[in-house]
Amino acid sequence: MDSFIVISLIKTVVVFAVLLTTLAYLQWVERKVIAHIQVRPGPYRVGPHGLLQPVADILKLITKEDLVPPYVNRPLYLLAPFLAMTMALLSISVIPFGPQIQVAGYRTYMQLTDLNIGVLFVLAVSSMGVYGIALAGWSSNNKYALLGGLRSSAQMISYELPLSLAIAAPLLVSNTLSLRELVERQAGGIWHWNVLHGPFPQIVSFVVFVIAGFAETNRVPFDLPEAENELVAGFHTEYSSMKFASFFMAEYANMITVSCMATLLFLGGWVAPWPAAYGSSLVPPVIFAGAALMALYHGIHPARRRDRYSLPVFGVVFLIVAAVFLLPMVQSWLLPLFWFCSKTGALLFMFMWIRGTLPRFRYDQLMGFAWKFLFPVAVVNLLVTAFLVAWFS
Amino acid sequence: MDVILFLVFAIIAVVCAINVVVQTHPISSAISLIGVMGSLAVLYLLLGAEFIAAAQVIVYAGAIMVLFVFVIMLLNAGAETRKGRSFMVQLLGVPLLIGLLGLLAYFVQRLYLPGVTVHFGGFRGGTPLDIGRALFTTYLLPFEVTSILILIAILGAIVLARKEMD
Repeated sequence: MDSFIVISLIKTVVVFAVLLTTLAYLQWVERKVIAHIQVRPGPYRVGPHGLLQPVADILKLITKEDLVPPYVNRPLYLLAPFLAMTMALLSISVIPFGPQIQVAGYRTYMQLTDLNIGVLFVLAVSSMGVYGIALAGWSSNNKYALLGGLRSSAQMISYELPLSLAIAAPLLVSNTLSLRELVERQAGGIWHWNVLHGPFPQIVSFVVFVIAGFAETNRVPFDLPEAENELVAGFHTEYSSMKFASFFMAEYANMITVSCMATLLFLGGWVAPWPAAYGSSLVPPVIFAGAALMALYHGIHPARRRDRYSLPVFGVVFLIVAAVFLLPMVQSWLLPLFWFCSKTGALLFMFMWIRGTLPRFRYDQLMGFAWKFLFPVAVVNLLVTAFLVAWFS
Repeated sequence: MDVILFLVFAIIAVVCAINVVVQTHPISSAISLIGVMGSLAVLYLLLGAEFIAAAQVIVYAGAIMVLFVFVIMLLNAGAETRKGRSFMVQLLGVPLLIGLLGLLAYFVQRLYLPGVTVHFGGFRGGTPLDIGRALFTTYLLPFEVTSILILIAILGAIVLARKEMD
């Protein structure tokens, strides 16, 4: 019992420390990705390749004046960012990152807690996240903020339907609501993942899930709640300092949650694309060694003067990481973690890629798309899946 | 541990429920109602009914109350003013309330003796499996009739809204 509490505490601290660091650095990654899509270097001044930019941003946001405008509804104005942030961070507690592992004699799961209704828990928490945005818009006592809040509640209610239906289809195939069992049933290689496996491959519901996930997280092309050319900054117009930052962090945390859910539901979670017997455990060292060689090459032939010192250091770090992946004692937990993070990371990259590519929808297009296209497609997909699952079992 | 958690969330539920009535602004009342539903969900969890707890949050707190808040925001409803109460209300309100609560407590105590697990008719348990099986075997007809009832309500709302528009 005591060891259970201690292990849970350690796991909670580690998961949340990693999550918050990731949130800060996701912002840096996004700025870099969009900069390179637009053929410019992005953050480059603070630290090598702008790596200390998130630290500078956090310091700036903390030390900024925290202004509460007059005529706001004070209790709700203060509650809204807290609510948005809490609901966004809460879902990470049921996400499994890897299988059961053994650390210093204790066996534990790479997951904070395994609920047998894990999927429903994530849905419930994300449906509560609407209140943060809606209340922020209303309590600010500002017409732009109110319009942003209204838009976001309407959008999130509409897109929650196709999202839930898209989640239901792979659950029918896997026949469980626990996120860990969901992954365990997809073990064995890429052809066992829900996106390709089963009586009816869930490609359609994967696409619907990702599209609805973009809308649920208020990301481009569905970022109508904060359309700056019409609404200033939307629901967070009146917020400053850390209250503004918490909306920002909530958006990124929701992005991470959606990517994790897509990975767990459709892409087999921490399972490698093909069995280790055929050499899937050699993929991470090869990738990191390749990255190291590329960094070293560009360090020797630098495009910018600073690269001569920074890139060889990155190269050496990547080489060390590649060597760590070859150690047998860490492979049992590092490899699942690598596959989980690379799948989630690929989806997160797609979020950024689409932000750099697509323009914003018009509001009537947004609603019409959800109700007239996405919802019927999700319903038909669910019906076909249910019929085929019943037929083959 | 269970008793402490029950007391904490039962008290939150009751305080929020009183707050729903006491608050003059519709948004504050709606937020308190969300508090009631959230703490009810925790009470369901304590009883071991995980699915009902999740459904409570998703359906009531997450969907129905979002619509409430949405409509209140859309209509931009302001705070209500307190009107004077009639003599009868002042005289009979408190005794009637105490009588109703006493009656409820009596029935609950008669129905659920200590040591009896929570049940609804012949149905026990609250996992998704139990509920799915009960809904699609024993209670199939009521379940389908309820969904048709809701469908009729939606159609009625559409008919009324169209009449307004013409």
